[in-house]
Amino acid sequence: MVNLKINNIPVTVPEGTTILEAARQAHIEIPTLCYLKDVSCVGSCRMCLVEATGARGLVAACVYPVAEGMEVQTNTEKCRKSRQMTLELMLSKHKKECLACERAGNCELQRLSVEYGCDPNYFAGEPLNHEIDYSAPYVVRDRDKCINCNRCVAACQKQAVGAIGPIGRGYAVHIGSAFEMSLMESVCVGCGQCIVACPVGALKERTTVDEVWAAIHDPEKKVVFFTAPSVRATLGEAFENPVGTNVEGKMVAAIRRLGDVEVFNMDVTADLTIMEEATELVNRIQTGGTLPMFTSCCPGWVKFVEQKYPEFIPNLSTCKSPQEMFGGLLKTYYCEKNGIDPKNLYVVSVIPCTAKKYECHRPEMKGEVDAAITTRELARMIKRAGIQFNNLPEEEFDDPFATCSGGGTIFGATGGVMEAALRVAATLLDGKFEVVDFPEVRGATPIKEATYKVAGVTVRVAVASGLGNAKTILEGIKSGERKYDFVEIMACPGGCVNGGGQPTLPDSIRNSLELKELRAGALYASDKQNKVRRSSDSPVMEVIYKEYFGAPNSHKAHEVLHTTYKADPRI
Amino acid sequence: MEHCEAKCGTAEQEKALEAVIEASRSTPGCLMHILQEAQGIYGYLPMPVQKKIAEGLGISLSEVYGVVTFYAQFSLKPKGKNRISVCLGTACYVKGSDKILEEVEKELGIKCGECTEDGLFSIDSCRCVGACGLAPVMMVGDEVYGKLTPDKVKGILDGYKEASK
Repeated sequence: MVNLKINNIPVTVPEGTTILEAARQAHIEIPTLCYLKDVSCVGSCRMCLVEATGARGLVAACVYPVAEGMEVQTNTEKCRKSRQMTLELMLSKHKKECLACERAGNCELQRLSVEYGCDPNYFAGEPLNHEIDYSAPYVVRDRDKCINCNRCVAACQKQAVGAIGPIGRGYAVHIGSAFEMSLMESVCVGCGQCIVACPVGALKERTTVDEVWAAIHDPEKKVVFFTAPSVRATLGEAFENPVGTNVEGKMVAAIRRLGDVEVFNMDVTADLTIMEEATELVNRIQTGGTLPMFTSCCPGWVKFVEQKYPEFIPNLSTCKSPQEMFGGLLKTYYCEKNGIDPKNLYVVSVIPCTAKKYECHRPEMKGEVDAAITTRELARMIKRAGIQFNNLPEEEFDDPFATCSGGGTIFGATGGVMEAALRVAATLLDGKFEVVDFPEVRGATPIKEATYKVAGVTVRVAVASGLGNAKTILEGIKSGERKYDFVEIMACPGGCVNGGGQPTLPDSIRNSLELKELRAGALYASDKQNKVRRSSDSPVMEVIYKEYFGAPNSHKAHEVLHTTYKADPRI
Repeated sequence: MEHCEAKCGTAEQEKALEAVIEASRSTPGCLMHILQEAQGIYGYLPMPVQKKIAEGLGISLSEVYGVVTFYAQFSLKPKGKNRISVCLGTACYVKGSDKILEEVEKELGIKCGECTEDGLFSIDSCRCVGACGLAPVMMVGDEVYGKLTPDKVKGILDGYKEASK
């Protein structure tokens, strides 16, 4: 242990701790911009400069390790002046559209500029007028708001995607794709981890909120919403609820008050995905099909395979994602049952994800989902509609897609799809199998492995979240080091609860909380309370298969609920 | 990830590039060296070459491109058979090397950073070649020309034009 003083407060911390981490113990906040826990730590933005004995000049607290007897001062005039000038230099080339910027009020640059009393026009930079990159249906990039903190680059590299990086040198340096390619031409998979890493408004989702409002106000259209499992665990954050609050009931009530709409539960098609996927897995095991089978519910992961590892396409389950299964189900079964012309049904999915915005544009999905909006966009719609979210009553989803199993709910966290699939696959192999808890595959550990034996069949499974970890799994399978039968991958670290469409929290919160665990906790608590844990026991599944599909993996199920993939090699 | 489809120059050039990548790929921090060698082979670093390097090292194209655009020594545009480099370092500059550059541009009808249509010359500027005693200095290929005056430029360039005939 190392003893030091920060602003004269004695602190004892383990060796190797940085000044930034040690300061938190003394309840002292040191401002940061380029630092982001678990993502980026390079000491380049110079916001966290402090004075420390034994150091020459000011040092970057986020990377500078503590030493025995060290005395740190974080709040001297020298530190404050330095930070103020750093901020004013950033502001000199920042597009100051702060009045209507999406990040206004939750922009880290704005907060610090206010705290440090900055003059935004103290330095006059060259005028900015770069084109905004609207090429992709999921992410919009505005270079003129970027402060070159590189958090997006670190997030993208951690994802083993590397679609963006710093280009050029000196004043001309900017973040972009190689050869100034647009995002759509680049290797970007649309996961949106860059958006939730961005401290300012340089990266945001491509919003489709106006189209959704237009559909709601169109008397010809019947509008239905469905919400992904993880949205209930995060939407509350946009209304100042603590991280990890499950706001399912208020979320349903809020959407219902946006207009004459129905609100369905996407956990239902998570159950449906499991019915199809578990059956496909058991078939592959019993008939010698391609193994390991990979989950296919995450469109960022699917795009990653198509672009970087097309040789693994046969390993992907042919199941559509729950979003697209819902689109298919609504435009066929639901329309037929209720005598609705599919052209007049406007389907809105609310998702924690930006890649799902891209997914609904894939030609093989036939536009079955009309608009996919992120948790953030839903929050903005609720605010614009003047709905006092926290005062809403708790309401329930609309039938016939209201009731789900606990397995459907945990889809939103890493390991959840695996556990839900195991619950069903185990009973397919052994009708008397009782266990529904598979704790080995839970938690935010980047890679989890387990082996299960059911009815004489050994199933080796792996769960990875974050595409960097997915790459480790794929390379391990290629080299023969790793051997599995079933692998769950979610593109975002921690799964959908930490998706690129989730509320953007400032670094001051992200650096001090276990975000992924807290959000996932809300879903596992809901699973535990659910009387129905296994997707195959859900009464809604019984009805859907009886009335429409017959059985999992039937011909009709293949037509509506399964899909194909296409190699699209990119470097 | 074995799918670099774009052609990387001639078969010999491609083979030479592959050999360079193979020889250095396991050395940490080898990217700079490979880029320098690749530029030696191709004269510049077009996209297919950078893709091949990214693929060979298992890193992203944006990382390679970031390094290429950081260092002034790397070029994204083809260079002429005779690469002219006019020194604009302090010593040369105070001795009037900006006038030399102007004269070269005028004589060849292209701007600094460009290449003549016939591919014979390209012009770049550099910062100090370590021959300040000879200021102002310009290099053509590996040849250094010192104590220049604008009126000497035409004669030097004519010599190269003559040699290429």
